[in-house]
Amino acid sequence: MHKQHVKGKMCRASAAVCGAVLAASSWAAETAQSAAPKINDPARGWDSLWHEVIVDITIIGILFAVVTAWFVFTSRRTAGNQTGASPKLSAASAVGWTVLPIFIFLSIDLYTAANGWVLWNHYRDVPADRLEVKLESGMYSWDYTYPNGVRTQNELIVPAGKPVMLRMTSRDTLHSHYIPDFRVKEDSMPGRVTYLWFHPTKPGEHLVTCAEYCGVMHSYMAGRVIVKSADEYAAWMKREETQLAAAGAPAAAETGAPVAKPAARPKKT
Amino acid sequence: MNLKEWIFTTDHKRVGILYLIGSLAAFAVAGIMALLMRAELSTIGPTITANPTNYNVWLYTHGAVMILGFQIPALTGFFANFCIPLMIGAKDVAFPRVNALSVWLFYVGVILALATFFIPDPPDIMWTGYPPYSTITTGNTAMYSFTVLILGFASIIGGVNFLTTVAYMRAPGITLNKLNIFVWCTLGAFVLQLIFVPVLGTAVSLISMDKYLGTNFFDPAKGGDVLTYQNLFWFYSHPAVYVIFLPFIGVVFEVISSHARSAVFNYKMVVYGGIGGIVLLAGEVWVHHLYVSGMADWLRIGQMVTTLMISIPVGLMMISLVGTLYKSSIAFTTPMLYALGVVFLFLIGGLTGIPLAVPSLTLAVSDTYYVVGHFHYVMAVAGTFAIFAGIYHWFPKFSGRMYNELWGKIGFWLTFIGSNVVFWTMMDIGVDGMPRRYYDYAHFPQFESAHQLMTAGAVVLGLGFAIAVLNWIIGAMKGPPAGDNPWGSPSLEWTTVSPPPHGNWPSPPSVADDWHPYSYRKG
Ligand code: HEM
Ligand SMILES: [Cu+2]
Ligand SMILES: [Cu+2]
Repeated sequence: MHKQHVKGKMCRASAAVCGAVLAASSWAAETAQSAAPKINDPARGWDSLWHEVIVDITIIGILFAVVTAWFVFTSRRTAGNQTGASPKLSAASAVGWTVLPIFIFLSIDLYTAANGWVLWNHYRDVPADRLEVKLESGMYSWDYTYPNGVRTQNELIVPAGKPVMLRMTSRDTLHSHYIPDFRVKEDSMPGRVTYLWFHPTKPGEHLVTCAEYCGVMHSYMAGRVIVKSADEYAAWMKREETQLAAAGAPAAAETGAPVAKPAARPKKT
Repeated sequence: MNLKEWIFTTDHKRVGILYLIGSLAAFAVAGIMALLMRAELSTIGPTITANPTNYNVWLYTHGAVMILGFQIPALTGFFANFCIPLMIGAKDVAFPRVNALSVWLFYVGVILALATFFIPDPPDIMWTGYPPYSTITTGNTAMYSFTVLILGFASIIGGVNFLTTVAYMRAPGITLNKLNIFVWCTLGAFVLQLIFVPVLGTAVSLISMDKYLGTNFFDPAKGGDVLTYQNLFWFYSHPAVYVIFLPFIGVVFEVISSHARSAVFNYKMVVYGGIGGIVLLAGEVWVHHLYVSGMADWLRIGQMVTTLMISIPVGLMMISLVGTLYKSSIAFTTPMLYALGVVFLFLIGGLTGIPLAVPSLTLAVSDTYYVVGHFHYVMAVAGTFAIFAGIYHWFPKFSGRMYNELWGKIGFWLTFIGSNVVFWTMMDIGVDGMPRRYYDYAHFPQFESAHQLMTAGAVVLGLGFAIAVLNWIIGAMKGPPAGDNPWGSPSLEWTTVSPPPHGNWPSPPSVADDWHPYSYRKG
């Protein structure tokens, strides 16, 4: 919404700055544009970019290792007083051996950066048609609040097919809401609001685990994302709503919303 | 040998050896912590302790002591002290007494760090000490702050000392372009220490003030901000990895060029492009440690580009190392094996860092064992191999005796195989989701066999390290005399007797016009 808007602007402003450098890869810009209308599932994008980068670094690594191994095995010392016989570099080739690698490395860097940036935008631009849930983390639980006031703990129940956005904060230490299956995490902190989103497509269960050291029981701080079919989700939500209503408005007013630290005014990230 | 003479020594070589002894002791303790952690992780659920805090304290100690008590002091304390004056033909450092002070402070720091085990509530805040946890834990955060402050201070006065020494005390004829790569690297590291340590000092002081004096720098409920600490911390601690990297790669340059009897390939490219490039970029990449911490989006994207660009100076240095091997004359001594091991480990570590420079990719792997595996390759183990290469390489010089070559090689192969088993496996399960800093992995039962493999690997690795250390102790006591220049190196430190006397040379050495620390053809 409005916060989202500011974020988009900031992102674009920074894009302009980096763009001067990154525009080198017009390919990136094209992908970003053609990507706008449909939902770009970041998890899919992650898998393919990760795969690509791993293949690239494997090739570079093998090339480098082979050359090194070749130099090493052809250079064994055969006589005690032998010294190396490598040619002396001329001034021109010394410069060449500096400038050429710089350009090669720089182009690999910028290519990787351009790809990473496109995927970054998918991770940060949340589709408008989404389910937005508030998350408050605490030692040691994940507490979710749905738009209609329904609350759950350690179980995030969502409908298949709809993007889910978490707006996160913490009531005590740092935590990080990590869903390995959806390739995403982001820290939750006291006094700040952060967000992440993911795109559950079919019913199933996914582990949520804490990825930021938060205290003694850090390694036990886990939960689940439970993806239900749209119908089952609607039915579940209906039950929860009825229960919430039965609990009664006065009760809700009395206990108040989930306990949040008072004066902590969230900052935008 | 007189103990008092050693404690009150101002001779740079002895100060260096004191640093060596202290840092190896720290290494042993931190290594035992690693083995305890690996033992705990060998099964799901409690294994050797039922209290997660014990694991967290071991992890804190392991991380903090390995970095602040072992690698930084071994590199900028031992190697810098022992080698720099000898390499530039000086009698000693510029301020020998300040030098003695720095090693005393280092011992105070190490003793403080090791006292962790004798106080009732040891720190359990990891070596990063992030608030709010570090300000609310029952663990002793002050201990952490003081350890860091004292070791940092020791390092700063060391830095001033060495910059002055290299600037003013070079022997006649040793121009800037004839400095050993190691000297340049160490200068780069000290420049970074002088600029960035004060920021770390600030950060760790402020958390203790928040915790004990009721200030609220990082408490949002009272107007503070938790992210500020992380920025301050990494504003130092990223450059800190170059404070480790630069001297260790400098050692590798010396070892490879000596044992391959080959001039460093493209010397000026290494000095100006490599070392210069790293010093320039070091302060502009810290946000890559905060990619999932909710930093502003534009900052995350901007620092993706600067972080990726680190590949340029580092790549130039790798090209030079490999170029040095071209048509060389390699003797496969123990130090050479360790140095070649560094090239291999660092290649893997460096390349696996490329995905970690990309914020969108780190959203899945940040804070997992992928990161732990990566930084052990690139810094922890590569750095340790380099330190071992250097100790073996200069062993004949500082002890006057020779180590045992066979045991040296056995130790090398054990550590080399062990490290790859442990840290490759870490990266593997990290990509599949295993988070770091976990006392238990009850909800990741699929990783149990991988964890057991790593525990076995760690035992092999630890055995290899222990063999190396024993090899030095025995060699220093009863190895055969080594001679002045067993490797046939033209570098200046090999022109004096082994071990060098106080003052290093009877009269200041002078060098020929065409001399260079890597001019092997004449040697
Ligand atoms: C000797 C073999 C080593 C083994 C088996 C080993 C093992 C480990 C293990 C199991 C962890 C903790 C994983 C976790 O729970 O997150 C760890 C963390 C760490 N290690 Fe090592 N390690 C070794 C050597 C080193 C060295 C030489 C360094 C030097 C810099 C080092 C620096 C670190 C750091 C900084 C951490 C992170 C601490 C933290 O999360 O706060 N390690 N290591
Ligand atoms: Cu946690
Ligand atoms: Cu870093």
